[in-house]
Amino acid sequence: MKRKDFLYLTGMGFGGAMLSRIPVIGAPISAEAALHGGIDVAVKKRMADIALNAARSKGASYTDVRIGRYLRQFVVTRENKVQNVVNTESYGMGIRVLANGCWGFAATDKMDNDSIARAAYEAVAIAKENARIQSEPVQLAPQKGYGEVSWKTPIEKNGFEVPIKDKVDLLLKVNDTAMKAGANYITSVIFLVNEQKYFASTDGSYIDQDVHRIWPTFFATKIDPATGKFETRNALSAPRGMGYEYVIPRDSDKIKGMPTMLYRDRYDMIEDAGLAGAQGGEKLKAKSVEPGKYDLILDPSNLWLTIHESVGHPSELDRVLGYEANFAGTSFLTLDKWKSGKFNFGSKHVNIVADKLQPGSLGAVGYDDEGVKCGKWDIIKDGILVNYQTIRDQAHIIGLNASQGCCFADSWSDVQFQRMPNISLQAGKTPLTPQEMIKNVEKGIYIIGDSSFSIDQQRYNFQFSGQLYYEVRNGKIVGMLNDVAYQSNTQEFWNSCSAICDQRDYRLGGSFFDGKGQPEQVSAVSHGSATTRFNGVNIINTARKI
Amino acid sequence: MAIFSQEEAQALMKKALSFSKADECEINFNGSVGGNIRYARNSVSTSGSVSQTSMVISSAFGKKLGVVTLNEYDDKSIESAVRRSEELAQLAPENPEYMPMLGPQNFAAPSPRLYDQKTGDMTPKQRTDMVAQSLQVAKDGKLTAAGFLQNQGAFSAMMNSKGLFAYNKSSDINFSITMRTTDGAGSGYASRDFEDFNDMDTLKLSQIAGKKASGSAGAKALEPGKYTVILEPAAGVVLLENLYGGLDARSADEGRSFLSKKGGGTKLGEKLLDERVNIYSDPQDPRMPTSTWSGEGLPQEKISWIEKGVIKNLFYSRYWAQKKGVKPVPGPSGVIMEGGDASLEDLIKSTEKGILVTRLWYIRPVDPQTLLYTGLTRDGTFYIENGQIKFPVKNFRFNESPVIMLNNLEALGKPERTVSGESFQSALIPPMKIRDFTFSSLSDAV
Repeated sequence: MKRKDFLYLTGMGFGGAMLSRIPVIGAPISAEAALHGGIDVAVKKRMADIALNAARSKGASYTDVRIGRYLRQFVVTRENKVQNVVNTESYGMGIRVLANGCWGFAATDKMDNDSIARAAYEAVAIAKENARIQSEPVQLAPQKGYGEVSWKTPIEKNGFEVPIKDKVDLLLKVNDTAMKAGANYITSVIFLVNEQKYFASTDGSYIDQDVHRIWPTFFATKIDPATGKFETRNALSAPRGMGYEYVIPRDSDKIKGMPTMLYRDRYDMIEDAGLAGAQGGEKLKAKSVEPGKYDLILDPSNLWLTIHESVGHPSELDRVLGYEANFAGTSFLTLDKWKSGKFNFGSKHVNIVADKLQPGSLGAVGYDDEGVKCGKWDIIKDGILVNYQTIRDQAHIIGLNASQGCCFADSWSDVQFQRMPNISLQAGKTPLTPQEMIKNVEKGIYIIGDSSFSIDQQRYNFQFSGQLYYEVRNGKIVGMLNDVAYQSNTQEFWNSCSAICDQRDYRLGGSFFDGKGQPEQVSAVSHGSATTRFNGVNIINTARKI
Repeated sequence: MAIFSQEEAQALMKKALSFSKADECEINFNGSVGGNIRYARNSVSTSGSVSQTSMVISSAFGKKLGVVTLNEYDDKSIESAVRRSEELAQLAPENPEYMPMLGPQNFAAPSPRLYDQKTGDMTPKQRTDMVAQSLQVAKDGKLTAAGFLQNQGAFSAMMNSKGLFAYNKSSDINFSITMRTTDGAGSGYASRDFEDFNDMDTLKLSQIAGKKASGSAGAKALEPGKYTVILEPAAGVVLLENLYGGLDARSADEGRSFLSKKGGGTKLGEKLLDERVNIYSDPQDPRMPTSTWSGEGLPQEKISWIEKGVIKNLFYSRYWAQKKGVKPVPGPSGVIMEGGDASLEDLIKSTEKGILVTRLWYIRPVDPQTLLYTGLTRDGTFYIENGQIKFPVKNFRFNESPVIMLNNLEALGKPERTVSGESFQSALIPPMKIRDFTFSSLSDAV
């Protein structure tokens, strides 16, 4: 499912322009059907073995098989009505082979023995055909087989088991609260994902994983008919690798004392909707920003997306090497910069880690989609570029003899390739709260929530907006601003990082819809940080007249 | 078998309806076959094929809807899916905006160019041969190629208990190519999307991308600011699609669109753009055929969206149309913007000072109130002086609204078929010369 399909489904997108496009998210099923426990592991192993043997019999030197059952549930409401309750299931098998030194892939949703074998033969035939125009054979980093193993997202409450009525009741209460507080329109959504993934390879791994994600969100709009102006305030939630427990509020997970309530590992959707309803009106009256240089204080609900775009993507090794040149682009973090061991990506405060295991994160899994056990490593250490993110057929290029476990496919029907692990900015080591940080700022803007985002294909020049902007003068928040966007260059921006709050303020943000590859695939990934200060960043004013 | 004929699809869908006991029942049935090759660093990186079908059964009792899907089509599987959708409908919350299913509709026959069987049935060898031509261009020009070729054949059908039936087959081939100089100093791009693989010239497109790559090396920095620009169709479409894709009646009526007016009401019928702007959609135009029925089961007909700069029509969902007492109008499909006879070269020749933009990238909304978008130039940006391309320039970030842009129109060229690098939708768009296009900063990206 692509970002735009999600916008369509929630009625926030292109409206009728998208009506001729059926969202590519799998086919609808019932809520109850989504609860049945999936396919028995023994059956999956038998089907996988058919594919492995069929590919081997045609000359494949390596084969992996992914059997996927992908469940999604959307509950969409607007104002006082339920707009959409959708359950989808997508089930099938993807077979990837190496033959004559080249990759081939075929996928099928027919899971009888003949169809599986035919898909395996097709994958080998494609590999052999493409080997004709291959310039160098694929080199796979060695990977031991793990035998029969399993992994499951450590959830407390399975969202698919919560009755639809409970979700509808929650969302209608959210809408009512926002509208009582001043919103004219609101769309609210609970989006659940369960990926039941089975991986088998000729290395001897049979890996069964059960992955859960949740994203509660809303878009609340306030209109001023007199001026014809409108403003939207989106939810400050984050999509998470968690169960339904994420939407059960807990006081200890609230960060109080800031201009709006902020949330750690539990989200109070009703409370946030009430605040959003009132803030829509405040945004309409807010002062239009004077463009120029400001010190920025970025809340994790804003900074996650800047980390994603300006650190996550450029440190993907496949982009560095040129594999994404035709779509997502390449990277300014070229191999010579890494090899020098001195490339000054950011200030000394900047420590960025890749972590595929982080609890509650969207990217957390036990094993990646080519059977590699997941881990954690440094990308930027004390401001210096020290590593990338990679997979089995590219690890040798940076002198690694094992993959870092960053392989992922968004469906059984798409071939797996390098995708971003959770990439996070480490919290500061010196005790510092956001309030204390603001006290030291003379002329600044405190930004909460994410909004518009755009960055070039090598990840130098970016522009980001937010949900809420507060003007800071001489250590105090003096009011709300509007029409704000920050524009910078990645290396300059991260070198202007002058302070990071401590671990108490650390929170995760993330995306369900990180797009990459052709045909485009999405992946879900989290980015953690604490509130962070950047000095002297360029602010533009985005107001126009039409 | 993933492509069902009209008769085969009709028979299966009739069978499904025969099991229905709901107030209303609707069957959507579709399938596709296809394959792709992706290459980079002058070599194949991934490739594959996929084939799938699915039948979606929607049963309704009053305003309560239940939906089930299946991909096994024996009688027993179909009947149990129909029963299941009925059980679910009984349990579903009522949707006040639910619209009763449509009765029989008159759909025009699609353009015969909508479907080419050979394009759906391309073999791995055919795909590899087309890519080999592209790789040869890279080799000859000492360039690095990264590209993507994808073909697909598909069918789509819809039938309901009120007597509606719709069916079509479509085919598609998509190709895009980026050529880069080996030192990474230059980059060029070309892309196309067609229904018939015979229209796809991977060699020519690779040569165009190669030429842009070589020509864009050694770019000079110009100060950001307002410039006269010539937007090639691939650059223009990514901004225009946000204009014609945003002609939604409901959001305009609700006061949350660039088409909403101060004090209430919408800008429907008002002149919003330069009078040379004419945009319409026509599913039967052989230059860009699309389906003659919409996802809601409504006929897709030729319709004018913007005429002489005036907002002529908005699209209405069936629910919103009923509420407003107007005819439902599906959104644009097969969009055509009229132009003139001037070639891109003619537009360049008539430009004293300006910038040729061949591609725009990473387009995101900044302010829905003014339809302000941001993004960057990419893969070949050139400075024009006295009617000639003088030198390549470094890429810019822009902040611009298609509404403002189409009021600053200088000239339109001859429309050509292009495909959006953002939405992957095709359109027929002229190259456009625009004055005072706002570049707000420089990018070092190549």
